[in-house]
Amino acid sequence: MRHILKLAGALALAAGLAAPAAAQEKLKIGFIYVGPVGDHGWSYQHDQGRKAIEAAFPGKVETTYVESVPEADSDRSIEQLARTGHKLIFTTSFGFMEPTLKVAAKYPNVMFEHATGYKRAKNVATYSGRFHEGRYVQGVIAGKMTKSNIIGYVGAYPIPEVVAGINAFMLGAQSVNPNVKVKIVWANTWFDPGKEGDAAKALLAQGADIITQHTDSPAPLQQAEAAGKFAFGQASDMIRFAPKGQLTAIIDDWAPYYVERTRAMLEGKWQSHDVWDGLAKGKVKMAPYTNMPDDVKKLALETEEAIKTGKLDPFKCPVLDQDGKQVECKGKGALSDPQILSMNFYVKGIDDKLPK
Amino acid sequence: MRLELVPRTDVPGYARTLAPLGAIVAAILIGGLVVALLGRSPAAALDVYFVQPLSESWGLQELAVKMLPLVLIAVGLSFCFRANLWNIGAEGQFVAGAVAGAMVPLATHGMEAGPWVVVVALVLGTLGGALYALIPAFLRVTLGVSEILTSLMLVYVAQLGLDWLVRGPWRDPKGFNFPQTVVFEPGAQLPMLMEAGRLHAGAGLAVIAVLATWFIFSRTLFGFGIRVSGEAPKAARFAGFDANRLVLIAFAVSGGLAGLAGIVEVTGQIGQLKPSISPGYGFTAIIVAFLGRLHPVGILFGAFVISLTVIGGENAQILLKLPLDLTTVFQGVLLMCVLAADALVSNRVRIVRTARA
Amino acid sequence: MGMTEAVLLTVIAAAVPLLLAALGEVVVERAGVLNLGIEGMMAVGASCGFAAATLSGSTTVGIVAAVAAGVALSAVFALLTLGFAANQVASGLALTIMGLGLSGLIGAGFVGRTREAVGRLDVPGLTDLPAVGPLLFGHDPFVYGAAALTLGIAYFLKRSHPGLVLRSIGENHVSAHALGLPVLRVRVLAVLFGGACAGLAGAYLSLVYTPFWSPGMTAGRGWIALALVVFASWRPLRAAAGALVFGGATVLQLHAQAASLGLPSQALSALPYLATVVALVVMSIGRGRTSAVPGSLGVPFVPDR
Repeated sequence: MRHILKLAGALALAAGLAAPAAAQEKLKIGFIYVGPVGDHGWSYQHDQGRKAIEAAFPGKVETTYVESVPEADSDRSIEQLARTGHKLIFTTSFGFMEPTLKVAAKYPNVMFEHATGYKRAKNVATYSGRFHEGRYVQGVIAGKMTKSNIIGYVGAYPIPEVVAGINAFMLGAQSVNPNVKVKIVWANTWFDPGKEGDAAKALLAQGADIITQHTDSPAPLQQAEAAGKFAFGQASDMIRFAPKGQLTAIIDDWAPYYVERTRAMLEGKWQSHDVWDGLAKGKVKMAPYTNMPDDVKKLALETEEAIKTGKLDPFKCPVLDQDGKQVECKGKGALSDPQILSMNFYVKGIDDKLPK
Repeated sequence: MRLELVPRTDVPGYARTLAPLGAIVAAILIGGLVVALLGRSPAAALDVYFVQPLSESWGLQELAVKMLPLVLIAVGLSFCFRANLWNIGAEGQFVAGAVAGAMVPLATHGMEAGPWVVVVALVLGTLGGALYALIPAFLRVTLGVSEILTSLMLVYVAQLGLDWLVRGPWRDPKGFNFPQTVVFEPGAQLPMLMEAGRLHAGAGLAVIAVLATWFIFSRTLFGFGIRVSGEAPKAARFAGFDANRLVLIAFAVSGGLAGLAGIVEVTGQIGQLKPSISPGYGFTAIIVAFLGRLHPVGILFGAFVISLTVIGGENAQILLKLPLDLTTVFQGVLLMCVLAADALVSNRVRIVRTARA
Repeated sequence: MGMTEAVLLTVIAAAVPLLLAALGEVVVERAGVLNLGIEGMMAVGASCGFAAATLSGSTTVGIVAAVAAGVALSAVFALLTLGFAANQVASGLALTIMGLGLSGLIGAGFVGRTREAVGRLDVPGLTDLPAVGPLLFGHDPFVYGAAALTLGIAYFLKRSHPGLVLRSIGENHVSAHALGLPVLRVRVLAVLFGGACAGLAGAYLSLVYTPFWSPGMTAGRGWIALALVVFASWRPLRAAAGALVFGGATVLQLHAQAASLGLPSQALSALPYLATVVALVVMSIGRGRTSAVPGSLGVPFVPDR
């Protein structure tokens, strides 16, 4: 009997009927991180966003995070946040997509925000950043700066986001240097400093004089610096890891978005949506342009500005694939968002094969 | 000064049962002290960590869901470990089973095939895990290659194989090229046991595995052979047990149960294949097996302790905002207390003042 | 510096942390104790080493702190398994869990900090020699330390009297005890030595290999080190060879990718693991079926009275 009562209690809580005391107090917001907050990369940046919420609404919100949540066993953590009165829950990795949807179906009065996914519901919104815009700017810089015309690219996994980043980088580089080559090494991990560093060393040994990375640790950047070459930071400004080697970095700035969504919740205006913005809205930012001649810096700033104002689209048509065939142009004068989100081909000039 | 161990004679049964509880109390005291030093309420920590997960239907179900793969794998591992075989590749066998079993739901996707799909998947998953475990067993039997190394290395190979499958050939064609398969149809997933909650029919399989293992070790000649070959290999040979056959069977059983755990997890909990389908269950199960002294009932206890500390640790993060690392350290401390208590039941420690040569 | 030299230098750098940790475990296991806690001790070594080096500004202090941390953690293990005769496998795994947590707590304040990598020890004149110069004389001190340690342990185990005592305790602690050998004392020392080596390997990661600290930076290297001990049949020189095989395969697969061979990157990433298995299989074919496992490995010792 007691069990049934408890079960009923849990169900009532689920329906948002119970816990009136908590409801009128602070808005509770939960975060699920895939890595440790100390990874100084992906999860760290999301946590900076969480802190920005606390700073923006003092006394009105309470935030909670669960870190290093394994993607294969995340249902419980997400549900526990929902059960304990969190009304807005951010799940910040692609692998949390199905668990988020499952839990959201059980808790219709809790709002969920899933980063980098594509499945939505009435109480599940999705959001991500157009990081490839930043990579295009990096490509322009690299195309100008390289002397060997070989650029090393350390990738984590060949998922569309990374592939789109490689392509945008290459298109940026080609726009200023037709002879540029990109060599790719997949680390098959998001985070293993030693292995990422070794990948950078391998690329440097094969003649690359600029390293760019789509893995999370500063190790590739450090290796480039140690070899007297240049590189780009990832996710946050990593200049202190390579004061002489970092050209710029792509900064994932989730803070404005998180603050905006929290405000929407507080004002009762939250609605599910899909938001994918980049340099223009400040979700993607470029760290200061350093260690480059003034003309390259000027060009970089101009490129960044052109993307911000919409004058330049990194994937403006025509885009040629590896075989030189023109890719169907589904957007307005450029590839459409779904095409970029599901990108599974390389542009012309990239010497690597994608797993099919 | 030094420590000297004195074996205790005739330890009463209740002492063996009470020792782990005493250990948990000791760990709670240590943990409570740390929490108090951090300026939080030890009572609240106790409530969040130990009481809440055990006092609600939701918490109990989650506990069971978490224990399930650990119990299945650890029970299987007890066959190898009792025979003194070092299978530390259960994580890879888990993945191999999940992959082999998932072929069925993936091949029948969109056909509304019915519940036989999940049954066939479970069988294939078990076979997949068993076959994958037979690789190190076979190398050991034929070439004398150490199974410790081969079984561990094959873990990484299996993980990379799964990674390749879900990014390449098995990728969901409508999934924006993200690395994952389609979500299995409802008919291809294990049914839930209760309306609210996530406890699924896989729990029944774990119970069967525990009972069957208990029966095999206590009542059958084969179970006896495994035990003897581990404790006294020469005696086993004199008694006429074929050592090589035992190695192969122990590995097949162990891998089969790990593979079953894999496909149960995929069809009961996750519902699709992804690059990562296990937070290290295959490795955690090793500690579960030894916490439970390789006894099926003990393994239930071991899995209970581990799962409780994981869930309690999460609750402490959510409700008390304690850092994950702190809860991890506490998990380690608690395990050590349990291990120490277990050992101290068998041996008394005497402090000897003067050192003898 | 040519391509081959660059590759070899990377291989050596990748092999050093594996070798350091494996050497310690060789001694531990030769004494008959199985400590599966390498990953945890390595992680604590990495965070303590980085923290101490950053606070004091001295790499030496960092190394000492890392070694001390490894020893401290292994002392807990020794107390459990040797003092109380608790199960070694489970205690080692519990140690790993605790170590990874402690490492995170210690390192939390040092996320995002950076320091100069430990430099190479260049020998004027010699380092500049063509071809062999950088390979023989262009390394950081850890590389020479690891080489010296390998030779030292090989000598200790094979030729010295204490080494003989340690081995006989590992082979059969009952007879060793009957002969009056101090089983527990030797084992405690061996375990502490293993902890020191794991701590040193951790220091290499956070001070040399990638000079910063971050949670999870050991990334499973402790487990590979354990496998190498088996690969090496509990012999130090073979452990060095194994570390080079594994490190070599890791680095070569990255080079193969950079040279775009067109194979799936997962297949190439699996190469180090497969190469290790194949190497062991080949060695087994040559060796026949003698077992090199220390006889008392993992068995708790409680003296009969």
